[in-house]
Amino acid sequence: MTTSSSQRGVGLGMPELPAPDYPDDVRARLEADAREVVARYPDSRSALLPLLHLVQSEEGHVTRTGMRFCAEVLGLTTAEVTAVATFYTMYRRRPSGDYQVGVCTNTLCAVMGGDAIFEELQEHLGVGNGETTDDGRITLEHIECNAACDYAPVVMVNWEFFDNQTPASARRMVDDLRAGRPVTPTRGAPLCTFKETARILAGFPDEREGAVEAGGSAGPASLVGLKLAKGEHPAARVVHPRGAAAPHGEPPHEPSPTEHLSSHDAPQDTSASDPANPAGPTAEEGE
Amino acid sequence: MTLAAEIKDHSPEKLLAPVLSAFWDEDRSWTLDVYRRHDGYEGLRKALAMTPDDLIAYVKEAGLRGRGGAGFPTGMKWQFIPQGDGKPHYLVVNADESEPGTCKDIPLLFANPHSLIEGIVIACYAIRSSHAFVYLRGEVVPVLRRLHAAVAEAYAAGFLGEDILGSGLDLDLTVHAGAGAYICGEETALLDSLEGRRGQPRLRPPFPAVAGLYACPTVVNNVESIASVPAILHKGKDWFRSMGSEKSPGFTLYSLSGHVASPGQYEAPLGITLRQLLDMSGGMRPGHRLKFWTPGGSSTPMFTEEHLDVPLDYEGVGAAGSMLGTKALQCFDETTCVVRAVTRWTEFYAHESCGKCTPCREGTYWLVQLLRDIEAGKGRMEDLDKLNDIADNINGKSFCALGDGAASPIFSSLKYFREEYEQHITGRGCPFDPAKSTAWADHRTEVNA
Repeated sequence: MTTSSSQRGVGLGMPELPAPDYPDDVRARLEADAREVVARYPDSRSALLPLLHLVQSEEGHVTRTGMRFCAEVLGLTTAEVTAVATFYTMYRRRPSGDYQVGVCTNTLCAVMGGDAIFEELQEHLGVGNGETTDDGRITLEHIECNAACDYAPVVMVNWEFFDNQTPASARRMVDDLRAGRPVTPTRGAPLCTFKETARILAGFPDEREGAVEAGGSAGPASLVGLKLAKGEHPAARVVHPRGAAAPHGEPPHEPSPTEHLSSHDAPQDTSASDPANPAGPTAEEGE
Repeated sequence: MTLAAEIKDHSPEKLLAPVLSAFWDEDRSWTLDVYRRHDGYEGLRKALAMTPDDLIAYVKEAGLRGRGGAGFPTGMKWQFIPQGDGKPHYLVVNADESEPGTCKDIPLLFANPHSLIEGIVIACYAIRSSHAFVYLRGEVVPVLRRLHAAVAEAYAAGFLGEDILGSGLDLDLTVHAGAGAYICGEETALLDSLEGRRGQPRLRPPFPAVAGLYACPTVVNNVESIASVPAILHKGKDWFRSMGSEKSPGFTLYSLSGHVASPGQYEAPLGITLRQLLDMSGGMRPGHRLKFWTPGGSSTPMFTEEHLDVPLDYEGVGAAGSMLGTKALQCFDETTCVVRAVTRWTEFYAHESCGKCTPCREGTYWLVQLLRDIEAGKGRMEDLDKLNDIADNINGKSFCALGDGAASPIFSSLKYFREEYEQHITGRGCPFDPAKSTAWADHRTEVNA
């Protein structure tokens, strides 16, 4: 029956006491929101996923109190709610940062540089996968394919798109986030906090002026085919294939030392672009 | 190949066919005003003038097939819904686009959400449904914003709600954000998730058409499938059938990604080839050649350079030993280690396996262990047969297609690149430098050149 054994280690003593309730005013406000959510569905249980987003928007992660609230509103047991909350990766089960920085390390983004970006950010921020910076600003994690492969490598911040990233651009972005400077995604609205994002996910539209318009109609990669079809040709036609199939005579790539079972989730380390010159391509970008 | 000749005969203007993407470059393309300027909701008027049964027959005759991966005929799915059964019917749109490499529905919904909404109204009229759902993956908040806005616009304009366009059709549309789970792209797992449960696939039969959402008759369609319906109604089934082939008619979105000169969305008649797409878009990145690619996401067996001329339609790709899938053309050049790529995909499947079926849950775990060893130079030759054997024990032996998807990259990479696996074993390590595969690897040389 415990909901947070992963945080505390497995206890063998007293069963955990029921979670405390929200303060009355918070509960009243959340109940009003919950009624609106439940009304969208023919069957109230369908509201569980949005309600978990809702309680996450209250506290920044899904707490035992939040799960108890969902259970009471929907007439479920806390066990039923816990089973669902622990299945989906977007529900956090620990306090986390204002900004969730997710680096795509699925194959295509990883190969295109996502691994190097993730490694760079871990080093730069001094945190590992799923960890939060000391100032509570940033939680870093690696994420799976986010349906933006034509913009690889992709970084998501609070589930807004930062397309075509480099280690340097990603580092600059997290520095700006930590310094409180405004950060604008490549596609999508100016960033709001993780809690505010969770409220949109619960189904409450973003009321900020210009939020829907932000980012324009479509990103550049989304338009390449359309432009070609309209007779706008790409600048240079490249005569392809040349070169050999596989590189020979190169030093074997040393795999990372983290390949034990508990690193099941973590991507393997790879050598970054050029350790001697980590600014890499952004030297040109900045000019 | 003689490029000059090809270009004349096969100009992009002739090879491509932007329909859904036709006005993505216009200002505020996602709004109702712009959509209506491009004949938006005209298809709906034509649909409402037909009887629901005639409408289903019309979509069937057009030959539209599912764009989410399986390619099942859309009209036939609608026809399976029992009528006069006294139960509510539901339409659930699968917008949980998560298949690695797949990136078509998200830009479509970002730039043109009304094509989906119009398609939903048409489909619900056909299957006699008064409540539809869009199950959008949660990790795409900019798209969620635009869907919220577009649905509100459609209600305000009378395209959703009560007595739509005076037809007597009442329809509510609920936008539902998921919470991060690849498995929810599988239609029965999606239904469980939409019912507020863990997203685990259901045993079929019964199929969703008989017992779907809340055990009621339900159609589950992909975003692009439904969004294609308004154009079919507006411009006619003959126009639709004039594109593509007899068995794979129509237009579709191809998503080019990876080591190509111009990654992006290319909307074309079904049956275009990767060679044609690469030729018109600048080919692979300068100085590199194609090594392997997926025709429809990581779950479809990979292809190599020898498959450049395979027609990218359901039959063509199937005959060549893979599946059209989601038309996610992920292209990797010679700098990419195939073992690294397959290992990472396999880690993904292990992470996303819902755990319901033993072969998939345990098999993907062991595949990862073997692959990590091989990539790290700690593998043994007999591991390669073991990989094949485990993949064979997953493939076709689980409730849903996730397990089959996990086996695909293993089988196909061993088929085409067994030598490269062996190289990792005999050379006790990976011969590739990952820095050379990055998007910026050639940047400096390019600038200096």
